[in-house]
Amino acid sequence: MALKQISVLIENTKGSLVRVTDALAARGVNIRALSLADTEHFGILRMILTDNAAAKETLKELGVITQETEVIGVKIGDQPGKLSAALHVLQEADINIEYLYAFFTRTERHAYVVIRVADNSQAEQVLTDAGFHMISDEDIGKL
Amino acid sequence: MVMSYFQPETETMPVSEIKKLQSEKLVRQVRHVYKNCAPYRAKMDEAGVSPEDIRGIEDLHKLPFITKADLRDNYPYGLLSVPKSECVRIHSTSGTTGRRVVAFYTQHDIDLWEDCCARALAAAGATSEDICQIAYGFGLFTGGAGLNGGSHKLGCMTLPMSSGNTERQIQFMNDLGTTVLCCTPSYAAYLAENMRERGEAENPLRIGIFGAEPWTEEMRRSIEDALNIRAYDIYGLTELSGPGVAFECCEQHGMHINEDHFIAEIIDPETGEVLPEGSKGELVFTSLDKEAFPLLRYRTRDICILSRKQCSCGRTFIRMTKPMGRSDDMLIIRGVNVFPSQIETVLLNNGYTPNYQIVVDRVNNTDTFDIMVEMNEDHFTDTVSGVTAQEKKLASAMKMMLGINPGIHMVAPHSITRSEGKAVRVVDKRKLLSDSQWKG
Repeated sequence: MALKQISVLIENTKGSLVRVTDALAARGVNIRALSLADTEHFGILRMILTDNAAAKETLKELGVITQETEVIGVKIGDQPGKLSAALHVLQEADINIEYLYAFFTRTERHAYVVIRVADNSQAEQVLTDAGFHMISDEDIGKL
Repeated sequence: MVMSYFQPETETMPVSEIKKLQSEKLVRQVRHVYKNCAPYRAKMDEAGVSPEDIRGIEDLHKLPFITKADLRDNYPYGLLSVPKSECVRIHSTSGTTGRRVVAFYTQHDIDLWEDCCARALAAAGATSEDICQIAYGFGLFTGGAGLNGGSHKLGCMTLPMSSGNTERQIQFMNDLGTTVLCCTPSYAAYLAENMRERGEAENPLRIGIFGAEPWTEEMRRSIEDALNIRAYDIYGLTELSGPGVAFECCEQHGMHINEDHFIAEIIDPETGEVLPEGSKGELVFTSLDKEAFPLLRYRTRDICILSRKQCSCGRTFIRMTKPMGRSDDMLIIRGVNVFPSQIETVLLNNGYTPNYQIVVDRVNNTDTFDIMVEMNEDHFTDTVSGVTAQEKKLASAMKMMLGINPGIHMVAPHSITRSEGKAVRVVDKRKLLSDSQWKG
């Protein structure tokens, strides 16, 4: 059920992010969601893309370091308190969140939240049990 | 200015007599080495030089050079030139695995070394009335032991404090009334800063002897102003004994080399050719009366200039400038010798490519030491904590190898500056080595 996310190491200098997005654009890969973590010396760009295989090939040619990681995606109602409800479920199950980021879709009145945890299946289980709808790569493809 | 010497008859000996003394001692030293040290004998035989060929200092150039690599190749006992039973002490160079050099001392060697340190203290104006606090490290490092011995010889009341524990250093200094402080210049600056932060405007110090790492004229003035003392440089190498090979006098203009114990030459580091006085080149030392660990024409890799110009202090010993650079790529960071090749080894052993850049700077008179490392696919993770963990792991591996802790910073592949295809491995922003002030 997990989502496949592409992470890229980005040099913390002018123009290094746009190099990556330009390359993906040229290849026709669409970015569904992204988050950028930055430190003093480097950044980590994490993306949910429409075509991971093509993206990996393109990024390799560009000479950047990438990693494909499995993360979970959960559908959250577009109302105050809905994200908190999901986070409470994870907290009660003692699941630590490494990071998360969210995006809206044009078609649904929902936010999609991408969450990175240590154990995906455990997190998916507790969220599903609590009535949340998990999203898959297929769901992303349909957007 | 009071002229004070520890051994005035030697320190003010006419130059012609120094040279005569050096010639006599050199002949004996070469014979001793040839007779008692197999690797030296082999080296001289290979160069086609016999002890009989060395009749005085004019023949010195015939002897082959010895380098740090020779010392390492003969680790540990190869270059020991007396039976082990005659040695009383071992010291070793600072902190580096695989590059460690051990030096041996008989009681005679210790005595001569301590004399050299006593001369340095006396030249700075210290007398038996002084209270001398040794805040160099004690142990294998030569700094503590050397100055401690010199201070005893001069008759100072000596506090063998060793390095660190700043709180206690300052308390003892104030309570006991320390007048002479011996430590690294960066530690002196640190102590000054610490005292300023405590609001202590006064201290009992009057003299500082600071060595074991490069420091500038600007740093001298800043320490002198902050502590209200006169600060003097001291030079030495463990291989040759330790601190005290050369020392500054009241002129604070170049360091007098203890020429009755060492001959100094300046060579072209490329060709090995001996250069005339006043030329800038690599400093080479020959020991003259060491028993356990004599060195003939040892290449220090320090670049400097020698001057025979008469010094107003009355000493006739030749003077050397502060080292102006290195003829190899060694860095001295917080008093520790660091070779870029060691950093390369650690990177390769830990699965990184040897694409790195060392950045050294001096902030608040303390060296900063950072290594930029290019990340690779195997070590990359999508979390900042994952990358930080890699940095910490690599930093502790570096600390094991180097003896000091660098800051490790992962950067993107190919992001380290390359000029003309060649990577810039070292960026030293300290600007410690300037020759602009030297006027001979």
